[in-house]
Amino acid sequence: MQLLNIGKFILLRTLKFAILLFAVVLFSFILVSFSPVDPIQSYLGAEMMVVSEEQKERLAEYFGVDESKTQQFLNWLNMFLHGDLGTSLLYRQEVIAVIQERFLASFVLMAISWIISGIFGYALGVIAGMNKGTMIDKAIKSFCFILASTPAFWIGILLLIVFSLWLGWFPIGLSLPIGMLAEEVTVWDWLKHIILPALTLSIIGVSNITLHTRQKVMDVLESEFIRFARSKGEEGFRLFARHGLRNTLFPAISVHFASFGELFGGAILAEQVFSYPGLGQAIVQAGMNSDVPLLLGIVVFSTLFVFIGNLLADLLYYLIDVRMKNGETI
Amino acid sequence: MHVYELNHETQEELEKIQNNLLLEVKNLSLTIERFGKGWTRERLYVIRDFHLKIHHGEVVAIVGASGSGKSLLADAILGIHPKNSIVDGMIKYENELLTEKRRKRLRGNDILLIPQMTNALDPLMKVGKQVKTLMKQNNHQKAVKQIFQKVGLDPDVYDQIPSACSGGMIRKIFIAMALASEAKLIIADEPTNGLDYESIDEMLFQIKMLEKDNKGVIMITHDLEAAMKVADKIAVFYAGETVEVVDKKHLKKGGKFRHPYSRALWNALPQNGFIAIDSTQPSATEKLTGCSFAKQCPKATKKCKIEKPLLKEISHDEMVRCFYAGM
Ligand SMILES: Nc1ncnc2c1ncn2[C@@H]1O[C@H](COP(=O)(O)OP(=O)(O)OP(=O)(O)O)[C@@H](O)[C@H]1O
Ligand code: SF4
Ligand SMILES: [Mg+2]
Repeated sequence: MQLLNIGKFILLRTLKFAILLFAVVLFSFILVSFSPVDPIQSYLGAEMMVVSEEQKERLAEYFGVDESKTQQFLNWLNMFLHGDLGTSLLYRQEVIAVIQERFLASFVLMAISWIISGIFGYALGVIAGMNKGTMIDKAIKSFCFILASTPAFWIGILLLIVFSLWLGWFPIGLSLPIGMLAEEVTVWDWLKHIILPALTLSIIGVSNITLHTRQKVMDVLESEFIRFARSKGEEGFRLFARHGLRNTLFPAISVHFASFGELFGGAILAEQVFSYPGLGQAIVQAGMNSDVPLLLGIVVFSTLFVFIGNLLADLLYYLIDVRMKNGETI
Repeated sequence: MHVYELNHETQEELEKIQNNLLLEVKNLSLTIERFGKGWTRERLYVIRDFHLKIHHGEVVAIVGASGSGKSLLADAILGIHPKNSIVDGMIKYENELLTEKRRKRLRGNDILLIPQMTNALDPLMKVGKQVKTLMKQNNHQKAVKQIFQKVGLDPDVYDQIPSACSGGMIRKIFIAMALASEAKLIIADEPTNGLDYESIDEMLFQIKMLEKDNKGVIMITHDLEAAMKVADKIAVFYAGETVEVVDKKHLKKGGKFRHPYSRALWNALPQNGFIAIDSTQPSATEKLTGCSFAKQCPKATKKCKIEKPLLKEISHDEMVRCFYAGM
C-alpha cells in the first residue's frame, strides 16, 4: 500500500517535471534568441576574418542557425526526444561529452560543499536550538541571517581577497589551461583549485540548514516526548542523543536535499569568481557565445539535478511523516 | 464551629502511619512569570497552596477541573516545571526532604510519571525499547513482553512505533512502563482520558494492579466518578488549592464530601442528579483575599469574602478548607 503510494507519488512528480523542463527549456531558448551574439562568429572566433562568406553560410546551414527560430527550437526538441543533445559550437564536441566532463568537476565541488555545510549547519542548528535565547543562539542566528542575504559571489570575492591577495595562500585567477588533460593535474593543483570555491559554497549553504535545524530542535525540545523523557530522569546530551537526534536529523537531511537549487546557483557564481572549470562556468560561456545546444543541454541537466534533490527531499519527508504521525493529543 | 473531632490514634499507630508515608506535600505553590501586554510582567498563580499525603500501596486521586493546573502540579513534584516558573513549598519523599539533587536521582527510578498526552512516546523509537530502558534486571525483551500480556497488549507491539498504536494501546504501554520500573510512586496524569467506558474500567483495574505491587499511585483526573471507583483517598483541587482530602471509607459509610465545591462536583454526577456546576474558577492572575470559592459558593458569608479559610485537619489525613465545612 505504502509502496504503491510512493510509486504514484514519483510518477506524478515526473510528469510535473516534464512540464517544468519544457517550460524552462523554452524560456531559456527565447532568452538566448534575443542575444546579439552571432553563433557563427563565436564559433570561428579569430578565424572569422579568413573564412569566406560561402563557407560561413555552409556552417550556418550545418548548425541549423539559418532557419527560423521556431524551426530551430523544434529541431532541437526533436533531437532531444531522440536522446541527442547536439554539438557544442564552442567546444566543438558533443554536448553530452562536455557536460560529462564539466559535471564531474562541479559534482565534486558541490558534493564537498554539500557535506561540509550539512555537517556544520546541523551542528550549529543543534547548538543554537539547545541554547535558545542565549548569546550563542543569538550569535548563530545573526550569522545565518547575514549569510542568507549575502550573494555567493560576494563571499567568493571576499575569500579571494583574504586568502589569495592578503595571505597569498592561493594564486589569483588560478584556472588551469582549458586544454589541460586530467592526468596532468596533480592532487595539489586540484586541491588548490577547489578549496576556495568549496569554502564559499559551504559558507553559503550553512544558513538554511542551521536555521531550519534550530527551529526543529526547539520544537522537539518542547514536545511532550521530551518532557516525558525528562520526567524519567534523562537530561542534557544523553537526552538529545537518545530522542533528539533522529527526530531532527532526518528533517535536516531532507531540507538539505531541497537546497540543490541554491547549491547549483551558488556554484555558477563561485565557479565564475574562481575560474573553476565546472558546469557553472560552461553555462555562462554558452550564454555569452550563443552556444544554444550547450546552453539548453546544461539547462536540462541542471533542472534534472534540482529535481532529483527535491524528489529525494520530499520522499524522505514523506517517510518521516508517515512514521511521526502520532495519535493526536486526546 | 468545627463539627469534627480529631481521631485520637495511639502513639504507636501514628508512628506506623508515619513510617509508611511515601510522599508528603505541604504549601506547594507554582507561579509562572510571563510577559503580558506591552512590557508588563504578568504572574500566573497556577498552584497556590497544595497539600497531599500518600502512603505505600495507596491510590490517592487528585480531582480538579480541566485547565486548573493539574499537569503542572505533577511537573512541580517531579521538578520538571517550565523554566519561567517558580515552585515553593515543602515536599518530603519517604520522610526525607526532596532536594533538587535527590529529585534528579529519583526521577524515573523511584518516581515515575504516566503522562497525560498519548504523544509522549518518542515517535521514532520502538515502544518495546522505550519500556525496556526503565528496567533494572536483565533479559529485558522477554520480561517486557510478559508485562505487555499482563496489561492486555499483544507482545508483538514490542516492535512497533507509537504511530502504529491507538490511544488506548498507548495508555496501556504507559501502565506497562510503570510495572516494568521499580518506581514506588506513580503519578498518573489523566490515565483514563479519551477511553471508552469499558476501557476506563480496565484502566482502573490496572491502576489497582500497581497498588497491589505496593506502589503508591497519585491519579490526577477531572473524572470524580473514576476517582471514586479506584482511590483510597480523594483530594479535591480548586483554584490552585487543596480544598478537601477525604477518605473513601468515610464516603462508603454514607458520609458526604465536606467542602461545598466537592459537593457541587458530586451533585454534577449523572447518578446524583446531574446538577450542572458553574465551572468558572478565579483567574490565575488574581490575588485572592477571601475564600477562593466564595463567588460560587451557596453558603458564602461576609467572612468568606474577607478572610481566607485554612486547611484544617479532620483526622490523620483528612482535611477541609472551609469555615462551615460539613454543614
Ligand atoms: N509553560 C507554560 N507557560 C505558561 N502557561 C502555562 C504553561 N503550562 C501550562 N500553562 C497554563 O497553566 C494552566 C494549567 O495547565 P495544566 O496543563 O497544568 O492544566 P490541567 O489541569 O492539567 O489541564 P487539563 O485538564 O487540560 O489536563 C493552563 O491554563 C495552561 O495554559
Ligand atoms: S469558606 Fe465560605 S465561601 Fe469558602 S467554601 Fe466555605 S462556605 Fe463557601
Ligand atoms: Mg493536564
